[in-house]
Parts: sequence; structure tokens; C-alpha cells
Amino acid sequence: MFEVLPPALIMVAGAILIGLLRGHWRSLLVLGTPLLALWAIWQIPDGVVATVNFLGYPIEPIEGSPLRRLFATIFALMAFGGGLYAFRQAKWYELSAAFIYAAGAIGVSFAGDLITFFLYWELMALFSTVVVWCGGTPGARAAGIRYAIMHLLGGVILKVGIEGVAIHTGSIDVQPMLASNFDTWMILIGILINAAAPPVSAWLSDAYPESSPTGSVFLSAFTTKTAVLALILLFPGEPVLIGVGLFMVMYGIIYALLENDVRRILAYSIVNQVGFMVCAVGIGTQMALNGAAAHAFAHILYKALLFMSAGAVIYRTGFSRCTDLGGLFRTMPLTAVCGIIGALAISGFPLTSGFTTKTMISQAAADESLVFVYFMLAAASAGVFLHAGIKFPWFVFFQKDSGLRPKDAPWNMAAAMVLLSGLCILLGVFPNLLYAYLPYPVEYVPYTASKVLFYLQLLLFSGLAFFLLLPLMKRTLTISLDTDWLWRVLLFRIARAIYLAFATLGTALQTRVGNGLVAIRARAETHFGAKLTRAGVFARAWSIGTTALWIAVLLTAYVLVYVL
Amino acid sequence: MNDDSSHWLTRPATIRKLWWGFSIVLAVIVAAQLFIYVKGYFGVDGWFGFGAAFGFLSCLAMVLVAKALGFVLKRNEDYYAAGDDDV
Repeated sequence: MFEVLPPALIMVAGAILIGLLRGHWRSLLVLGTPLLALWAIWQIPDGVVATVNFLGYPIEPIEGSPLRRLFATIFALMAFGGGLYAFRQAKWYELSAAFIYAAGAIGVSFAGDLITFFLYWELMALFSTVVVWCGGTPGARAAGIRYAIMHLLGGVILKVGIEGVAIHTGSIDVQPMLASNFDTWMILIGILINAAAPPVSAWLSDAYPESSPTGSVFLSAFTTKTAVLALILLFPGEPVLIGVGLFMVMYGIIYALLENDVRRILAYSIVNQVGFMVCAVGIGTQMALNGAAAHAFAHILYKALLFMSAGAVIYRTGFSRCTDLGGLFRTMPLTAVCGIIGALAISGFPLTSGFTTKTMISQAAADESLVFVYFMLAAASAGVFLHAGIKFPWFVFFQKDSGLRPKDAPWNMAAAMVLLSGLCILLGVFPNLLYAYLPYPVEYVPYTASKVLFYLQLLLFSGLAFFLLLPLMKRTLTISLDTDWLWRVLLFRIARAIYLAFATLGTALQTRVGNGLVAIRARAETHFGAKLTRAGVFARAWSIGTTALWIAVLLTAYVLVYVL
Repeated sequence: MNDDSSHWLTRPATIRKLWWGFSIVLAVIVAAQLFIYVKGYFGVDGWFGFGAAFGFLSCLAMVLVAKALGFVLKRNEDYYAAGDDDV
């Protein structure tokens, strides 16, 4: 049926086989499947590869384009990196679920129509939930359920939009649209829920830190970046996205600054980074879309690297709070160095992948004379260094000596971290390796003396601000309320209040009705009861004469009425 | 070195030297603007030391905003768990 092997199906097949094989064969499968999928991804030519008719709609399961291949490539690379990181430590079902989750992301990348798109989208929702559950704690179970509810709800909204578009336009093609009517708004909202946009950003920082140390590496890569790809494909230049993106950027920084849990800090910074991309899609120029795609690619690498570094620490120490950690550079030097490389990359330090990709987005804002956007993004770049670039390595590997002396990461985790660190620096030093595969031609030059100096000033003085303001950032054993408070607490309280109100009402009614019944019964007793009282008319024994007389009277009355 | 609580990196003397080194780097990076032209897209961002001032002040603002919001938003870690108990 297909001229090419669908990469998503390769991943699904691999995921199923993981459960069937054991030992070295399973390891080989975990590492080989993503590479095979990667090979298949690069066999896909531009344009629609195959069309199948389904219920009168032309289904296009695979449509190639440079943008789609770019995202599929990074998803496959991440499945490999995550697999390498996890294959000796994670449970087989976590790996299996993560691979189907990756298959969903790769499937969405190549989906040529909205129906295929939706199916793979939901595949991601289901199996990412399983990955969250693989955290194995009661907290992970509860967070997984909240995560699933949010994503299934988002799926329903997306489905409403897709059906509306299918019916009203007759086309289910994945093509650029604007949020101009109800249908397209529903699609946009459905996608934005997966991008962790406000007001539901909280699902991300709620669920990811509850997963296992290996699970969060997979989780950090796919869902939000697939949403970015979907936005580039469906809503390029949608002005709403600029505001949404800027909000996410600032939200991520502020919440990460308040946070104590290491992985939750990184989770908030995903929202921050995706905000950059969402904002870029909103700007919508070729430069901006290139920037969004490049930044997504680079971001997946360094964010996974950061989660790997944090995961290795949690795997070795069992602690995930800044207040419990510190001073780990002594015994985990490799994890520390890799974590610092990831932190420098996310901050966009020159010579890292963050610099060569994030500055494209700022450049796009400058080219369009979006003054406010440009300065917000610059402030946010400083803020990223503050909340992720220094805060993460500082509190985990330096600050006070926690007394913990764990071993460094196991060899496979270390290998995965070294691999991703290498890629972060490679793309920072040779940005053209990535620029060559962007959807539009790139004329952008990241390394001008002017830009490098400006960003060095910006970043290094953010560093100064961090160390001067350190007393203000003392970690506390707290969490921060988010909009999910509305449904986790307020809605719960309202529901409980309603329940209690009905319960009280019920009891009251029962008493009332009960009293009423007793009264009626008493009256009935009076008239029908066997008690020989004057009122007990129906229960009294009547003499035959009286009865005959009454019958005669009734008959007479009946005849009279009948005749008249 | 494993159980040595006074690792060379944590000694006050080293930290003092690090602060000095860091300060010199900061000074150099601002002074470099005397020789290297920084292209401003909107005028102000080409001013001398703008990147440094903007970076520092926006971080200050963000930390203060976070601190202020913290008073409203911060709760005990078992906030939600405690909520579950009194069902």
C-alpha cells in the first residue's frame, strides 16, 4: 500500500516487541527501533505519499515536507537518546509506552489530514498518561488521572473543531488557517492545551515531575513540541499566539523562581521555552517560523539533557527538592558538567544551540518592528538564565553541602547525556548543520560581534543579579498555587458544598415527608381504623336496616340523575 | 577527596577569587562596547551598557515579582494532599 515504510508504525512495532523480547535482544530493540524509524523518516519524499479513502474523506497518513521531517527527526533522535538513557533502569512497559508515545509524535509530524492527525494526537495522550503512571507512586497515579482528564478534554475540543472544519469547508487537509470562526478556534484551543498555554499550563508542571526519573526525559520532548509543529502547520501568523506566547514565557520564569522541586523547575521552564516558539509562530514570518522550528529542535535536546541530569541525581539520591540537594559536583562531576551544558544551552549562551536558535526569534521580532515583543523576549532570555541556567545547577550541584555522596550516573545514562551535550554544542558551533534543514532558506547570521556582545552582557549581568539576590531566593518547602487550584480545590469545594446541601435537604425532606406520612396514616387510622370512634365512619359496623335505607337512597339518586 | 567537606572549590579564598574573576569579566564585557559596535534595533538597545543594565534590572524585577506573588501563591507542600483527606 505504501511506497515507504511508515516511521510511526516502525515505532509501534518496536514498542510491542519490547514487551515480547528479553535481555540483550530487548536492549538492541530499544536502541535499534528509533534508528530504523529515523532511516524511514529520511526516505519520505516531499508531498503526499499515499491516499486512502475512508468514509468519503481522503486520508493522507504520510505527507512529507522539510518541516515535518525536521520534527520527526528530532522525535526519533529523542526516542533513541531517551532509550539509551533508560534501557537499563526503566521498566519494559515504561519503554514500550514511551515508544508508542514517540510513535504518536512522529505520526502527527507526517499527518497530511486532520483525521490521521487526531488519531496520532490521541495516541500520544493515552500513552503519555501511561508514562506518567509509570512513576509508580500514589502521587503519580493521581497526577496521571488529572493529566489524562486534561488531555482527553483537549482532544474533545480539538475533535469538535476538526469536525466543524470538515463539515463547513469540506476539506480535512492539514493547511494554514486563522482562528476566525468557532471551528478554527476549537482546533486552536485544542492544540494550545497540549502546548501548556494559559490558563491550563499547570497540567505540565503537575504531571511531569511525578513520573519516573527516566519517564520525564520522554515526557519533556514530545507533547508540547508536537503542539508547536501543529501550530506552525495550522496557524502560522495567528496574531493571538504572540500574546499567548509572551504570557507563557513570563509565567514559566516566575513559577520556576518560586519552585523547590528540581524537575518542577525544569517543567516550568518548558512552558517558558514553548512560549518563545508559540510567540514566533504568532509573528509568522519565514524568519520567525524558521526560528520556532529550530528552537523546538534545539530545545528538545537541551531540555531532555537537563531532565537526564536531574533524573540521574534523583535516581542516585532519591531526592528531588533543592532543599535536600546541593554539593553534588564532588561525586557526580559528569552529571554536573552535562547539566551545566544543558543549562547554558537553554540560556542561549554563545556557542550553544540555544544561542543559534533563540536569537532567530528575537531577530524576527526586531525585523517586524515589534518593540514590546522584542524587549519582552530579551528580558525573558535574561530570566531563563536566572531560573534554569544558574538556578538548576547551583541548587543541585553547588550551594551548601548536603552531605550526599552519591555515585555518578550509570554508564548508559552518562552516554546519553554526553551524546546530547555534544549535540547542544555542535549545533551551537556549527549552526548551519541545523539551518540547512529548516523549512525556509536561512540568511540569518547568529555570530556577529554585536549580537554576541549584547547577549553576553545580558546573560552575565543576569548571573550577577542571581548571586546578589540569592538571599531573596532562599528555597522553601512549598508549592505554588496555579489555575488548577480552580478545579482541584474550588470546584471540589463547590461540588462538596452542593453535595452537602443536597444531603441536608434530603434529610430535611425525609423528616418532613416522614412526618407528613405519619399524619396521613394517623388520619386514615381515624376514619378507616378499627377503633370504634365517631370519626371511624368506614370501619364501623352498620346495622342492616340503615344499610338498606342508604342503598335505597343512593339508587333513587342514581335513577333521578340518569333520567334527568 | 570524596568526604572532604572543604573541597578547594568551596574554600572562602577560592570563592573570593571567583568573585574577583567574575567582576573583571563583567567589567570587560561592558568595556568591550567601547570597541565593538552593538547594533540597536530600536535606538535604546544600542546605548552603552544597555544589555548589562537591561539584563540586571529585568532579573531584579522578575525576582521581586516572584517574591511578591509568592506571598499569595505559596502553600505547604501537602496542601493538596491535606485537601484530599477531609473528603
